Amino acid sequence: MTERPFVEVNDLRRVFDVSKPWLNRVLEGGEKQYLKAVDGVTFNIAKGETFALVGESGSGKSTVARMVVGLLPPTSGEVTIDGVSMSNAADAAERRRLRRRIQMIFQDPYASLNPRWTVGRIIAEPIRAFSLIEGEKDIAARVGELLSFVGLHPADGAKYPHEFSGGQRQRVAIARALASDAEFIVCDEPTSALDVSVQAQILNLMRDLQDRLGLTYLFISHNLAVVRHMASRIGVMYLGRIVEVSEGRELFTSPKHPYTRMLLDAVPDVGMTGRQRIPVQGEIPNPINPPAGCTFNPRCPLANERCTAEIPPLRSGVACHAVQEGRLAPHIAA
Amino acid sequence: MREGRETMSVPVLSVRDLRVEFVTRRGTLKAIDGVSFDIAKGEVLGVVGESGAGKSVTGSAVIGLIDPPGRIAGGEIHLSGLRIDNLPPEEMRRVRGRRIGMIFQDPLTSLNPLYRVSEQLVETIRTHTNLSASAARKRAIDLLAEVGIPAPDKRIDSYPHEFSGGMRQRVVIALALCAEPELIIADEPTTALDVSVQAQIIALLKRLGREHGTAIMLVTHDMGVIAETADRVAVMYAGRIAEIGPVRDVVQNPLHPYAQGLMGAIPSLEADAQRLVQIPGAMPRLSAIPPGCPFNPRCPHAFDRCKVERPEAIQHAEHRVACHLYDQSPARTEAVA
Repeated sequence: MTERPFVEVNDLRRVFDVSKPWLNRVLEGGEKQYLKAVDGVTFNIAKGETFALVGESGSGKSTVARMVVGLLPPTSGEVTIDGVSMSNAADAAERRRLRRRIQMIFQDPYASLNPRWTVGRIIAEPIRAFSLIEGEKDIAARVGELLSFVGLHPADGAKYPHEFSGGQRQRVAIARALASDAEFIVCDEPTSALDVSVQAQILNLMRDLQDRLGLTYLFISHNLAVVRHMASRIGVMYLGRIVEVSEGRELFTSPKHPYTRMLLDAVPDVGMTGRQRIPVQGEIPNPINPPAGCTFNPRCPLANERCTAEIPPLRSGVACHAVQEGRLAPHIAA
Repeated sequence: MREGRETMSVPVLSVRDLRVEFVTRRGTLKAIDGVSFDIAKGEVLGVVGESGAGKSVTGSAVIGLIDPPGRIAGGEIHLSGLRIDNLPPEEMRRVRGRRIGMIFQDPLTSLNPLYRVSEQLVETIRTHTNLSASAARKRAIDLLAEVGIPAPDKRIDSYPHEFSGGMRQRVVIALALCAEPELIIADEPTTALDVSVQAQIIALLKRLGREHGTAIMLVTHDMGVIAETADRVAVMYAGRIAEIGPVRDVVQNPLHPYAQGLMGAIPSLEADAQRLVQIPGAMPRLSAIPPGCPFNPRCPHAFDRCKVERPEAIQHAEHRVACHLYDQSPARTEAVA
C-alpha cells in the first residue's frame, strides 16, 4: 500500500460575496455577485517535498495558501494534513496539535512582524503560545539558536523589526515559523518584495533548512524561475483552477497546457537564447464574470466550441480539451 | 566602433559626472556620485541595480524632478546638445513633456482618476503642440491605437479606473508619446504588471523605440526585462555605475564582481543550479558608504587598494567597468607585485 501523502487538498473551493450593500441592491436593483476565487483545487504534497503553485495575480494561489493553513475557511472541500482534517470539528484537540506543525511565511516582511515587539519576543511567541519550553532562560536560548539558524546573530533578538533590512526581516519571519518546530511551511511569495541578491540568500536558506530539518513547503509565487529553482512539483493556476500539474523540470521542458506555454514564452529571458516565441494575447478576465467552459478559451489559440461550453477536467496532469483530444502538437523544446 | 559613431552625431542624452545629494540633519548623503553615460537616438539603455542603488534618482535628475532636500550637486546633463540641468523651472517644464516623456511604475498614480483619458491626452497634446481640439482628439485616438488599446475611439472617453493594469500602462505610454519626445524615461514600467502583460508592454516599448527613433532610459531591477529590451546596460551600485556595456556582453560575461554576483543570483529557466550565487551582506546605506570601492566589503576579490582608492571607470573591450581588477596601469602592476 502506498503511504498517505502528508498534505491532501481535495476539491477546495472558496467563494467571496462581492455584492454591493443590501440598500444599494434594493435601490439600484442589482443582484448578488459572487467571486469564485478558488474553484475545485485538488493536490497532494509528500513529506519533505516542495510543491509550488504558480499563476498571475487573481489566479487564486494566495487564497489556496490561506485555506491550507486555516486562516480562511473553505466554502467546500477539505484540507487534510498528516491524516487530520482541518475542517472536521470532531478532532479539535488534534487540530490544535496540528496547528503547531504548520506555519506560514508572508510576502511583505514589513507587514508581518509587529513593529512594537522586539525580534526576540516575536520569535518566542509561538514557543509561548504552544507552551513548548518552560522558563524564560531556556526560551531565550532557543530564540538565540533560531536566530543563528537563519543567519542572524543571537544578540539581534533585542532589536526591533525596523532595524533590519527586508531580507533580514524575512529571515526573522522564517525563524518565527521554525520556532514551533513546524514541519509544513506555507510560503506566500516569500521573496517577491526582495532584491535579487537578497532573494538568492533567502532561497538558499530555505533549501538548506529543508535539507537539515526535512521541511515540507507549499510555495506560492508568480515568478516561474524562482519556482523552477525551488519546487519538486508545480501546479499552474488560472482563474481559480489548476490547469496543469507536473514534475518540476518537466513543466519547463514539455509544458502541455496552452496557458503554461504562453506563460513560459512571456518570461523575459536572461539567457537571451533568442528562441522563437508566441506573442502573448489578452489579459486575465474578470473573475466575477469568468468565461463559460474553459476559462482560458478567449485567449487560447486552440479553443473550439467544446472549450467555450464545457469545463475541462484535470486528467493526467493537464486540464485542456485540446490536449486530451490530441489537437495540440507536442511542444518542441527550445 | 560605437565610440566613433557617437562623436559623429550628438547623443540624445549625455550625462557627465552627475552628482545628486540629499541634505539631511545627519549630514549630506550622496545618492548619485559621479555617474556618466550617453544614450544615442533609437537606443535603449537599461539601468539596473538593487533598491537604493540610485537608478530612479538618476532618472529623476534627468527630468529635473529632484525635490528638496535633494539637489544636483555637480555634473552636467545635455539633451541633444542643450544643457538642461541648470534650466529655470519654467523652461524645464516645457522640455519635460515635450522633449522628454515619462513612464512610471504605477500607472494609477500617473493618471488623474477624476478626468477621462481623452481629457488628459488632449490637454497634454494641446499644451505641447498647436493642434485644434478636434485634431488633438484625433491624434489621441491614433496614439491609443498605436499602443494597442482595442476600440480606441470608444475607450478614449473612459476613466482610468475602467482600464485594467496593463491597459492603464498603455494609456500612460500614450501620454508619454503625446509630443513625440526624443527621450523617454521609463522607471520600472512593468514591475506592477503580470508576466503575460509585462511581455506585451516590453514589446510595445521596443517597437516604439525602433519606429520613432526615441531614445529610452529603462530603469528596472529586473535583469530579464533588460536582457529582452535594452541595447546597452548600466549596472549601478551605491550611487555609481559599476559597469556599462552592450547588453549581451554584460549579461553573459559581466566583468565587475558585483555584476557577476547579480547575474549568478538570478534563478534561471534553463540552467540547473543547486544553489544560487550569493553576495554576502547587503548594499551599504547612503550614510555609511565605505571608502575606496563601495563594493569592497562584499567583494570576493577585494585587495588593499580597493579599501582606499575609488576605482575610476576603465574601458575594457566594449565595457566600461569601475574596478581595480581591470586596471592595467603601472599602479596596479605594482600593487599586485
